[in-house]
Amino acid sequence: MAAALRQEGRAKAAAAAESAPAVRLDGVTIEFALARGQRFRAVADASLTVGSQEFVAIIGPTGCGKSTLLNASAGLFGPAAGSVSIFGAPLSGINRQAGYLFQQDALMPWKTALENVAIGLEVAGTKQREARERARRWLGRVGLASFCDRYPHMLSGGQRKRVALAQVLIRDPKIILMDEPFGPLDAQTRVIMGDLLLKLWSEDRKAVMFVTHDLEEAIALADRVVVMSAGPSARLIGDFPIALPRPRDISEIKLELAFQTIHREIWRLLKQEVLKTYGDLEEAGK
Amino acid sequence: MNRLSLLSLQILVAVVIVAFWQVASTTHLFGNPDNISFFFSTPSAVATQIWKWFAEGTIWYHLWITLLESMLAFAIGALGALIVGFWFARKERLGAVFDPYIKAANALPRVVLAPIFTLWFGLGIWSKVALGVTLVFFIVFFNVYQGVREVNATVLSNARMLGMSERQLLRHVYMPSALSWVFSSLHTSVGFAVVGAVVGEYLGAAAGLGYLIQQAEGVFDVGGVFAGMFVLAAFVLLIDWIMTIIERRLLVWRPEFSKQGK
Repeated sequence: MAAALRQEGRAKAAAAAESAPAVRLDGVTIEFALARGQRFRAVADASLTVGSQEFVAIIGPTGCGKSTLLNASAGLFGPAAGSVSIFGAPLSGINRQAGYLFQQDALMPWKTALENVAIGLEVAGTKQREARERARRWLGRVGLASFCDRYPHMLSGGQRKRVALAQVLIRDPKIILMDEPFGPLDAQTRVIMGDLLLKLWSEDRKAVMFVTHDLEEAIALADRVVVMSAGPSARLIGDFPIALPRPRDISEIKLELAFQTIHREIWRLLKQEVLKTYGDLEEAGK
Repeated sequence: MNRLSLLSLQILVAVVIVAFWQVASTTHLFGNPDNISFFFSTPSAVATQIWKWFAEGTIWYHLWITLLESMLAFAIGALGALIVGFWFARKERLGAVFDPYIKAANALPRVVLAPIFTLWFGLGIWSKVALGVTLVFFIVFFNVYQGVREVNATVLSNARMLGMSERQLLRHVYMPSALSWVFSSLHTSVGFAVVGAVVGEYLGAAAGLGYLIQQAEGVFDVGGVFAGMFVLAAFVLLIDWIMTIIERRLLVWRPEFSKQGK
């Protein structure tokens, strides 16, 4: 009886998962405890859905709480109000369906590139030999086939990012969360990394939440660009579909008229928010 | 500076000191050589003594005892500290409760424990091992504690997102981080294990380098004392060298230990 019920429940959940969006944030408010019992409200009442094959870029001025929203979707911390659901199921604890590409270096420095990529499979129970074999293939896909035995400190910033990308993608997560992943890289490497990301993503479309402060990058990569207001108590204030054709070439697409039109449109909104941030700075300076 | 010239300069320091010592203890240049050689012995007497120890083979037994005591002290102290350190660092409340006791125990000069250990464990090697353990334990403990507490937050979040359970985090993140701190304090902790053994032997034993030195001192055999000190110094240098090799192998992932520069 109980088993039958459970099975039915599972079937229902599976059916719901197919139709439900990959990520659904519903009135999410996130607060942090400060010293002396004060609370800081980073994000207020944010609602956002990300479809299961959709690439959504989240853009906003620095310090507006973009990463906070991403961390809530990852389950690294829970919202103070509102709900996060993943494929229709409310999220509690770590989001097992998601892979997370961090802004800072997140590779384990004591493991080689190969070990770093393989670890996600190994902890999930894949035999070490098979995991390493697959990791080797993934390192090949991100162009690092001959760097398997290097430790992270022996790699350049761009190479480390590529290892991190392979580390996330090898687990085949249904949702990919990215927190300004190419932020610390130089401009040329960013373009190359963006193209690589688009190539890998188009082979096997996943839901992507891509946080950035670079509007050009956001438009070039995403299906939708969501704009956040200046913090604290940041809100989602704009949602722009990007109707540019795929496949895209990041350095080429910036030259197209449609790109520039949508860029101008989003920038008009974003600029006010960016200026607010600087307005605060000026006031603080007075 | 290349290796050869560095080595020759290092040897030159020893040559100058020994030459000065030889001159001072055999000629009238710096005073009465009889007095000086009584207090400082002479290089030749010390060398003869060391030669005799090795030629007769008596020294090996003492060296072995000291080595055994040091290694046991290090192994037991490090293992205990690893377990306790991990436990305290992961259970914050437990760590907070015991914090003043750990600090108090660490502040205690360990030499005062030696007679008690002799009483508890007898004159054999175990009282020396115990003394060494009390020295090694705290160094390793604080390093493990620090290593666990200071795991990079992003690396930790990443490991969690990669699906690691609490036990897997321990194995793949906390443990390597803590061990890297422990390895980087390897020289100090092994050094202290030797100090514990030698001091223990000095205060009461039937074998070991500390015992040799103490025996020589008991009969005003300054040459014997110096000979014991030189053998001890060589012994420590040798252990330190072995530690450097081990460290290079274990910490190959650290920028400062890797031969393959960027």
